[in-house]
Amino acid sequence: MRVLWPLPALALCVVLPWVPGVPVFWVTLLNYIGISAIVVIGLVVLTGIGGMTSFGQASFVGFGAYTTAILSTQYAVSPWLALAAAIAVSAVAALLIGAITLRLSGHYLALGTLAWGVSLYYTFANLDFFGRNDGISRIPPLDVFGTKLIDGRLYFTVIWVGVVLACLATGNLLDSRAGRAIRALRGGALAAASFGVDTLRARMLAFVYAAMLAAFAGWLYAHMQRSVNPTPFGLNASIEYLFMAVVGGAAHVPGALLGAGLVTIVNDRLQDILPKLFGAQGSFETIVFGAILVAVLQAAPEGVWPHLARIRLQRHRVRPDAPPLPVRAPAPRGTPILEVAGLHKTFGGLTAVNNIAFSVAAGEIVGLIGPNGAGKSTTFNLLTGVTAPSAGSVRFAGQPLIGLPARTIARLGIARTFQHVKLVASMSVIENVAIGAHLRGHASALDGLLRLDRAEEARLFAEAARQLARVGLADAADRPATSLALGQQRIVEIARALCLDPVLLLLDEPAAGLRHNEKAELATLLRRLREEGVAILLVEHDMDFVMNLTDRLVVMDFGTKLAEGPAETVRNDPAVIEAYLGSVA
Amino acid sequence: MDATILLILVQDGVVNGAIYALLALSLVLVFAVTRVIFIPQGEFVAYGALTYAALDTGQLPGSVWLLCGLGLAACVCGLWQQRRTLTAGATTRLVLQTVVLPAAITALAAFVAPRKPGVLIEALLALAIVTPMAPYLYRVAFQALAEASVLVLLIAAVGVHLAMVGLGLVFFGPEGSRATGFSDAVLSFGALTVQGQALWIVGLTVVLMGALYGFFEFTLFGKALRATAVNRLGARLVGIATAQSGVIAFTLAGAIGALSGVLIAPLTTVYYDTGFLVGLKGFTAAIIGGLASYPAAALAAILVGIVESFSSFWASAFKEVIVFTVIIPVLLWRSLRSTAVEEDE
Repeated sequence: MRVLWPLPALALCVVLPWVPGVPVFWVTLLNYIGISAIVVIGLVVLTGIGGMTSFGQASFVGFGAYTTAILSTQYAVSPWLALAAAIAVSAVAALLIGAITLRLSGHYLALGTLAWGVSLYYTFANLDFFGRNDGISRIPPLDVFGTKLIDGRLYFTVIWVGVVLACLATGNLLDSRAGRAIRALRGGALAAASFGVDTLRARMLAFVYAAMLAAFAGWLYAHMQRSVNPTPFGLNASIEYLFMAVVGGAAHVPGALLGAGLVTIVNDRLQDILPKLFGAQGSFETIVFGAILVAVLQAAPEGVWPHLARIRLQRHRVRPDAPPLPVRAPAPRGTPILEVAGLHKTFGGLTAVNNIAFSVAAGEIVGLIGPNGAGKSTTFNLLTGVTAPSAGSVRFAGQPLIGLPARTIARLGIARTFQHVKLVASMSVIENVAIGAHLRGHASALDGLLRLDRAEEARLFAEAARQLARVGLADAADRPATSLALGQQRIVEIARALCLDPVLLLLDEPAAGLRHNEKAELATLLRRLREEGVAILLVEHDMDFVMNLTDRLVVMDFGTKLAEGPAETVRNDPAVIEAYLGSVA
Repeated sequence: MDATILLILVQDGVVNGAIYALLALSLVLVFAVTRVIFIPQGEFVAYGALTYAALDTGQLPGSVWLLCGLGLAACVCGLWQQRRTLTAGATTRLVLQTVVLPAAITALAAFVAPRKPGVLIEALLALAIVTPMAPYLYRVAFQALAEASVLVLLIAAVGVHLAMVGLGLVFFGPEGSRATGFSDAVLSFGALTVQGQALWIVGLTVVLMGALYGFFEFTLFGKALRATAVNRLGARLVGIATAQSGVIAFTLAGAIGALSGVLIAPLTTVYYDTGFLVGLKGFTAAIIGGLASYPAAALAAILVGIVESFSSFWASAFKEVIVFTVIIPVLLWRSLRSTAVEEDE
């Protein structure tokens, strides 16, 4: 099914405009819808899936349109060659703009793109090079084997073949290693980075990809209109594209088509009807538009598409015969893996962690325990590079860890889980787990786009399936990640961590929310990992679980180390008893 | 360029900057309290200016009908949202606020306008007409979205902006207007001549900033707003009505926007869609200030004003390009300073 839909779609692109009874007016409208849809598909990747709102998307349409307009009118370059140039110019512009803007988070980014959009609009409108406000006219039409595509019905085929290609490419991209990195941004930048995703690069990829699609749409627009001027590339146009994405369903590619269609048609009807209705001057459609936008956000913040179609996650057919991924040579048991010395962290006047020292060796499970507020979570964050310590050293296999970004820490072979589960809600369980294997794959975005990555993808997913089976969640592979119970979601996080092929596993309250049997299974799994030589550090509240599982315990209270040693020793330590139960006196 | 031109440009920049500073302050205020990036701020500027200009010519401004319409819409929305918890007292309050108040203001305007009562009364009347639209908008558009993400709120704000620009065209028409100033005095200090209106603008800005500072530092309402800004849920748990905080923040923003409009109406011709660019410059300042700090935003606003006046002298066609690209070095600096892995809210 998934493979077959483009064929009838392509046939329709050729035949539909010539079906008797299809009015030319509708073909023209569909042409506009198609062009908008291509821009909006880019926005779906960027905004709906990558979580970056762009108020400047129309400027990239402008880059595409102006590039081809200038090349084909002033330098007599063939429009087909100009297409490559248009996309390249837009991509370079996106790289430059992205380099400056994409590090910003959420609303800063949105406002940054807004500023870009306004600046670029005035640049187009004021430079002679772009023909100022008059723009550039007499752009040659497209030409296929000597036939000039001036008739809208011929042009329809070009546009809609473009739409089909854009849908296919986007589907391929999202279902690849690079696309999962973009989708993982939604689960929080930290979670993605902890498994080696270069979040800035993933954001850049989405930004550039969206800009390239926009430029493609701009190229189509320029050769359809045969003239360009700054107006369709201004802020209002950008807002309209965003509106289409929101109305259709910003997180879904079909939503882009639906949104572009709905908005274009409603807009066209409104421009027709409203002036007759009110019989006066005025841009009534913008009023109605704005009001509908707000109403849609209030009534259906996910857009229309999720209400029409039951969103099904893509099923991943796992090929167990795929050759396994290479694994790290395990460290010999007893090799010191994690060495913490003199670790110190103050927040203002509060000392959260005070001179903590301990170590974890290969093939050893160490538990970090202590009452609430003891500084366990802070210690955990210091080890994983989330917060920087005030003093002290953390070494991993002899190498200093402090100051390294989460991504590099992942690369060294340190995998972690989170106290507050960080899974990507819009992805299935197995896709979430496959993010853990991000660093074990190498396919580029282009490989993904062209489906050259299938062999590697099969290996990644076979590995993900293996780890899921190992934690006992093989049956849940294709379910939405957040449909599982919270305890099971923690287990999914462990499977994701295992996909990294870790040397050191850092687990933050792995047993919380698990039932008795599940805890026993988790303990068995962790013991087996210990046998394989993995070093494990866990923060846990469940004393029963910790006491029976760990080789050694580190007890913290008020930021300082209270005791360290095997479970029995710690259990009988008077200081520990006092910290947990209060003094007997 | 000689010293006289330099002084004129700086003066121009400071005066415009003062307006941007006011807008930046109210943007920061609205964002902090409601997380709404208040794109329609600019429309309040335009509405304020055009309402004042209409009153100045002795006409009843079209915006009174908009006020009544928005009030009615807010009433309906309010009744709908509270349909399960409505008491007689709450209903009366709502109707007073959203139906009776605009009707009263309209009646007053219809009575006063033809008598040309002088600039101060007209300015106050313009404020009274435009300001309540902001809380009505909050009730209609944003209250139902209070828990939504910043981005959803931002897109909703853009929707409100679009609708308001369209409404502006309907109620004010496409012609621009210019109004009488508060003062036509011209003072000269050596080489520098200063218009009375410019002094009014800078003076009122300073006074208003002082008043806002006092409001946030010393009054219970102000503290409640700050508490809401820091933590909505926490504020609610200690008994602060966060929806009420939103209404107050929007009211303040509406008043500041309308006042800015009244202040610039004598300096420049204002059209129904002029506000957007003015508001965006307030934004530039607010972003430079990090959407968090009032003094930083105010300083940045003066900077934006000065950059604008100098670039309109040297490269007037690229004035807007230059003003909006001023943001970029600031964004760069911010992004280089921010940590590598940033958690989204």
